[in-house]
Amino acid sequence: MNIKDLEKEENEGIDTLPSEERRKFLKMGLAVTGVFLGGSVLSLTAVKSARAVDSVIPAEGQYPYSKHYGMIMRQNNCVDCEKCLDACRETNHVPVGHGAWRTTIQERLTTVDDVEQREFRPILCNHCNRPPCVRVCPTKATYKDPETGIVVMDYKKCIGCKTCMAACPYNARYFNHDKYAIDKCNFCIDTRLAQGKKDTACVAVCPAKVRIFGDIKDKSTEIYQLLHEPDNKIWVLRPETGALPNVFYMNA
Amino acid sequence: MANNSITTIFAQTQDTRLATPGMNRATIFFLITIVAGLSCGVASFFFGHEAIYNNTREVPWGMLISTYAFWAITSTGLCIYAAISHLFGGTRMAIVSNRMVWMSIVCILAAFATIGVEIASPHRMIIYNILSPNPTSNIWWMGTLYGLAVGCMIVEFFGIITGLARIAVILGTAGAVAEVLANSCLGGVFATLPGRPYWYGGQLPIYFLTAAFLSGAAATVLFNHLAYKIRGEEMSEAVKLGVKSAGKAMTLVLVLYSVATFWRLIMYYVGGAELGRIAAGALITGPLSVNFWVLEVCVGLIIPLLLIILSRLENVGMMALAGLLILVGQFVARYDLIAAGLLVPASLGWDNVPTYLDYVPSIFEFGVIIGSISVVAFGFLMGERVFGKVFDQKEHH
Repeated sequence: MNIKDLEKEENEGIDTLPSEERRKFLKMGLAVTGVFLGGSVLSLTAVKSARAVDSVIPAEGQYPYSKHYGMIMRQNNCVDCEKCLDACRETNHVPVGHGAWRTTIQERLTTVDDVEQREFRPILCNHCNRPPCVRVCPTKATYKDPETGIVVMDYKKCIGCKTCMAACPYNARYFNHDKYAIDKCNFCIDTRLAQGKKDTACVAVCPAKVRIFGDIKDKSTEIYQLLHEPDNKIWVLRPETGALPNVFYMNA
Repeated sequence: MANNSITTIFAQTQDTRLATPGMNRATIFFLITIVAGLSCGVASFFFGHEAIYNNTREVPWGMLISTYAFWAITSTGLCIYAAISHLFGGTRMAIVSNRMVWMSIVCILAAFATIGVEIASPHRMIIYNILSPNPTSNIWWMGTLYGLAVGCMIVEFFGIITGLARIAVILGTAGAVAEVLANSCLGGVFATLPGRPYWYGGQLPIYFLTAAFLSGAAATVLFNHLAYKIRGEEMSEAVKLGVKSAGKAMTLVLVLYSVATFWRLIMYYVGGAELGRIAAGALITGPLSVNFWVLEVCVGLIIPLLLIILSRLENVGMMALAGLLILVGQFVARYDLIAAGLLVPASLGWDNVPTYLDYVPSIFEFGVIIGSISVVAFGFLMGERVFGKVFDQKEHH
């Protein structure tokens, strides 16, 4: 029927509409609303999973180790007192010279609102979930400890090819001339954790509580709570390498 | 023939024309430089690697690794051309393929000599490569495959000198396959490190294989030319044709390698990781720029191409000079590739680190390099003297 002819017709009003037609109309309305509502709910779900993928923090089910040790640095608390460096060197018998260190503090000047600021950043082995050093080692001299996920060394197997040093994105490895093998931070697994201590030497000595160490899988730990506090902005170093590090950074 | 004693075999393979005082002096000279050069490396086991080599925590690899890669890549190239000639017979290069097999063995031994003194604890490698292998490690595969390749080639060479053609062809093929796979894993050592964007990526293993074809052809032309030079003889027409074939392969791969180098460097300037771009900058305008523009590009690519054009692929002497320059360029190219990947500090922006770290090879590192070059020179002369007749045979099967 032509629209002009329709205009000439008299309005029937709604009183004569059969209830079946009304129900059809309501159903259509519900369907439209449902699609939008469902879409919104779905989009929320999608955002949630996207966060889990994009986040540097492992999500539930992404902890392959029974105790999954990690560390978080509250970077802006660091005042470069270097007590952690000394404690580490002493505890783990790190030789002096030839670039030997297991942890160090980096420093840079930044300018915020025309004011120069000195920034300190403690670094150490990141005990990555996908560690490039472990993959490249020809003799499995370096490996992930199957219980804790800590990247450790079996010195007697190290041939000194230095591929792990070239592979590490964090410059965390050095040649230990006393052991004549590559060495690195091992979260004090042999010098403290094996004796039942709950933290590493660098953590224990830090006066500014920069470093928090613990099982990032255990919801009761401080590190878990810091990592999962929504207001905390957490980052890792060199995420683009895909190494999935277990050392995290935030500002307190 | 296989039952003959070693003396009888040598009596049939040696080239008495080369039993001259001059040859003896040259052979002894290179033997002395091998001992002197490699002693520089052996000293590292007594005085510590840190005291002998200029590598650091930040620059763990240097000229020894690049020289190892250079000889290993050259060995692969020689082995591939020899295997192709042996397998498909009809190529003109077949006539010089025995010499190529020998030089491939010599080059890989030079590579082993270099990396043997570069690795801090090679004795542990011998034990734990077998007892504790890591199948995800490119280094493990590379070492194992190069070891397998040299074993195959030595048996192949034994087959060649004793006339066991079947063994020679089978082992030659197996050796070439192992060499190609080993070369690919050598590329993979660098290509699979996301922490070093200058190396990271799928192009590098193919680039290494291209370099092998280039270095192998260049070495074929050069060593054959030298073999006749030291005898003071003209090449026979058949040998000349074989060398010219190698020259054609050298020209073709020279172009391919140049194209690959061009695109490889352009890639860093169109995006991607900043550390990769800075590393490429080390070659273009940075501390490695003289190496790159003068030695890699001019000496190693442009001048050889001009020499080849001038030679019209006829003048073998000129092509041999081109081959020598290509090898010089390739040697520097390996160094630049290793150095550029390591000179950019991971902590750029912190601790006032310079954009490019400082690494200059120590005098001991240069000593080892001279030692490894002497291994090749000594091996070449010994090969010509002891197996010269086998290298010159028209039909080796």
